[in-house]
Amino acid sequence: MSTTLFKRIFVNGARSFARSGSVTFATVLIMTVTLAIIGLLIFLSAILTNTLASIKDKVDVNVYFVTSASETDIVSLQRRLSEVPQVERVTYTSREEALQSFRERHAGDELTLQALEELGDNPLGASLAIKAKDPSEYGGIVEFLATTPTTGTDGAPLIDRVNYFQNKVVIDRLTGAIDATERAGAGIVLLFALASIVIAFATVRLAIYTSRDEIGIMRLMGASNMYIRGPFIVAGILAGVLAAVIVLILFYPLAWYVGSTMEAWLGGFSLFNYYVSHFALFFGILAGGGFLLGGIASWFAVRRYLKV
Amino acid sequence: MIYFDKVTKQYKDGTPALEGVTLNIAPKEFVSIVGHSGAGKTTLIKMLLAEERPSEGSVFFEEVDIHDLPANALHHYRRKIGTVFQDFRLIPNRTAYENIAFAMEAVGKSDEDIASDVPYILDLVDLGDKANHFPHQLSGGEQQRVAIGRAIINQPDLIVADEPTGNLDPVNTYDVIEILKKVNELGTTVLITTHNKGVVDAMGKRVITMDKGRVVRDDAHGHYIL
Repeated sequence: MSTTLFKRIFVNGARSFARSGSVTFATVLIMTVTLAIIGLLIFLSAILTNTLASIKDKVDVNVYFVTSASETDIVSLQRRLSEVPQVERVTYTSREEALQSFRERHAGDELTLQALEELGDNPLGASLAIKAKDPSEYGGIVEFLATTPTTGTDGAPLIDRVNYFQNKVVIDRLTGAIDATERAGAGIVLLFALASIVIAFATVRLAIYTSRDEIGIMRLMGASNMYIRGPFIVAGILAGVLAAVIVLILFYPLAWYVGSTMEAWLGGFSLFNYYVSHFALFFGILAGGGFLLGGIASWFAVRRYLKV
Repeated sequence: MIYFDKVTKQYKDGTPALEGVTLNIAPKEFVSIVGHSGAGKTTLIKMLLAEERPSEGSVFFEEVDIHDLPANALHHYRRKIGTVFQDFRLIPNRTAYENIAFAMEAVGKSDEDIASDVPYILDLVDLGDKANHFPHQLSGGEQQRVAIGRAIINQPDLIVADEPTGNLDPVNTYDVIEILKKVNELGTTVLITTHNKGVVDAMGKRVITMDKGRVVRDDAHGHYIL
């Protein structure tokens, strides 16, 4: 394409974008709504991911050791567990720490503290809290524990109990719920994105429908299809990019306001920080989306009227 | 230059718009096609502009059967023809200047040519002072003069005007016909359809009379007889 032709197509597109007042306004408005929905879906999926991650983070399996288990044995087991690929991390809680946190938990409960005093010795065993990379992998980790010899250097068993079997039902249910939520979330995101794209397409088609006579005139004057179509595509792209810029600007105060009111409710997740730190992602998706949406929708819409 | 060879056009509902029309138009002729509404005048024009395809027969423009042209060559053919319509068909959101310039842009003329030719043509159609007016700011006669300016600016071989004076008052009608005559005298073939008896009779040029899709008269120095 020669520079003159490219320049003319761009100038004509920009000119008709600027001059078709109400049609341009309607197109930009609908594109803005479309892109805002897509942007909100990014936020929604970030909130969902964050919430699910914090729920997943709360799930763990605790291995309680007998009080006589030596710290060396426990630490060696911790090391072996850490080498299991499904394990994210293993946290060691010593007997003293367990006692300390028990005291803190029952700080107001004189009776329990008194009973503890009377025992004289620390009745609590050390424990390992195991965190899996994914909640569905606890079964495998517990299996590993069962098949690994867990006797101390003196030959006595180390492990008192593993709370997985009490928690199994809850963990399984939660794993299922998280999977279902992720799938449903992805489905909803896809559905909304699709619906809004269809609406944007229909709007662009209506906008170009108003120009169908103009397209016919241009054809009779011997303009090539590319020369007719080009300016419409330019105008569509301008509408899409302008809409993206509007959405990006609107999201700034919106993320700040909604983020500050909902931060506690979202478990400390800040929408505003997320928006600022992921601005490149938002910019890429919205500006790129607007560009493609406007361009492709115009390309298809003009095609209908080029068959004279 | 233009040759209609036994052209028949039937629309999908079966009504015949043209029946076995055979015509020959030589270069530099000024031809008026007259007839009642529905006689087939506009269909004939549409065939020539390749807007409609004949059901039977062929239309030749300088030995080329225009309905055999591939879709991507059609715009090159149309550049040889300047068109003027009863309803002007200007591009609404462009000024008089831009409407005329568009015809030059579309065929790839340079910016320098556009900058020198458009004002010249605007003066020729007596609209030098209204270059920056949009179509809705112009009267019917002015709009039609813009349309004629647009039709002639690329110096086409043929001007086709479908009822060019249909929406104009007598003064503007006279102006438009005078411009078309001038263009014809400079060597461009002109083909117009019209209802206007005064225009046809004053011209004293070739008149083709159509009725019910057929050519019923073809007079070298004709009058409007119906």
